[in-house]
Amino acid sequence: MPTQDEIFSKVSATLVEALNVDEEDIKPTSTLQGDLGAESIDFLDIVFRLEREFGIKIPRGELFPESIFQGDPELVQNGRVTPKGLEELRAKMPFADLTKFEQNPEVGNLSNLFTVDLITRYIQGKLEKGNTN
Amino acid sequence: MRWIWIDRFVDFQSGKSARAVKNLSLAEDHFGDHFPGYPVMPAALILEGLAQTGGILVGEANNFQEKVVLAKVPRAVFHREMLAGEQLIYEAEIQNLRPEGASVLGRVLVDGQVTAEAEIFFAHLDQARSKQLFSEGNFVFSGEMKYLLGRMTSGKTRTRGPAGTAGAE
Repeated sequence: MPTQDEIFSKVSATLVEALNVDEEDIKPTSTLQGDLGAESIDFLDIVFRLEREFGIKIPRGELFPESIFQGDPELVQNGRVTPKGLEELRAKMPFADLTKFEQNPEVGNLSNLFTVDLITRYIQGKLEKGNTN
Repeated sequence: MRWIWIDRFVDFQSGKSARAVKNLSLAEDHFGDHFPGYPVMPAALILEGLAQTGGILVGEANNFQEKVVLAKVPRAVFHREMLAGEQLIYEAEIQNLRPEGASVLGRVLVDGQVTAEAEIFFAHLDQARSKQLFSEGNFVFSGEMKYLLGRMTSGKTRTRGPAGTAGAE
């Protein structure tokens, strides 16, 4: 079982290839879109590379949900995620750290959840479950 | 200008790999400017040919039901210039194929030597969004593209799995 540091360094190497960024720019807290400039197609690239690198299967929408709330008024109201929506997030993305998001749950802040650290924790969870090929 | 940058398929393994030929002819207009007296095939057009080879491979794997668009080239390396008079062989191999898109490894060979390599990503265009942007119909795989595949000489290898299942994991 690789340590969290080992997973982080492999994730970083993956992001260097997928996003053409410098390794020193990649911090655990870096957001994929805001800090590292990822665009939508890059998420598929990242998924393919992670699967190869770690020998795991990442089902569609598990790591990067395409549309979390689909405009459901019970989950989002006035551009903010409702308490029920936060529950939904926790259930769908148990590997996400929602502490900061909960303080200001604007839909526009959702992309900030997708950090390098989130990928590392997701991979760690997958490996712990032994969900390999 | 005709936007078809492969001449013929010579091998096609459904959902797996494809080989196409591109003959570089001095009659192609771009050689007049690129460069006068030294006809080098523009690297971007070589990449386009490789992407057309890979794109048809990816499209055929889903029976041309998806609109396949070139989304990203994470890596492309050109080892040497390719000149008018040379015959390029484009090789494409599917690396990943999923409902959202696919990635392909491509190589260009001249006289058996690798002259360029690239990794190419294709996205399957979301059906609803694509209708908004481009109206109905599959604009990617026009008749000419499919015709190329159908024109593969009989006796050459072209395999196909059951419709819609080829290459899918």
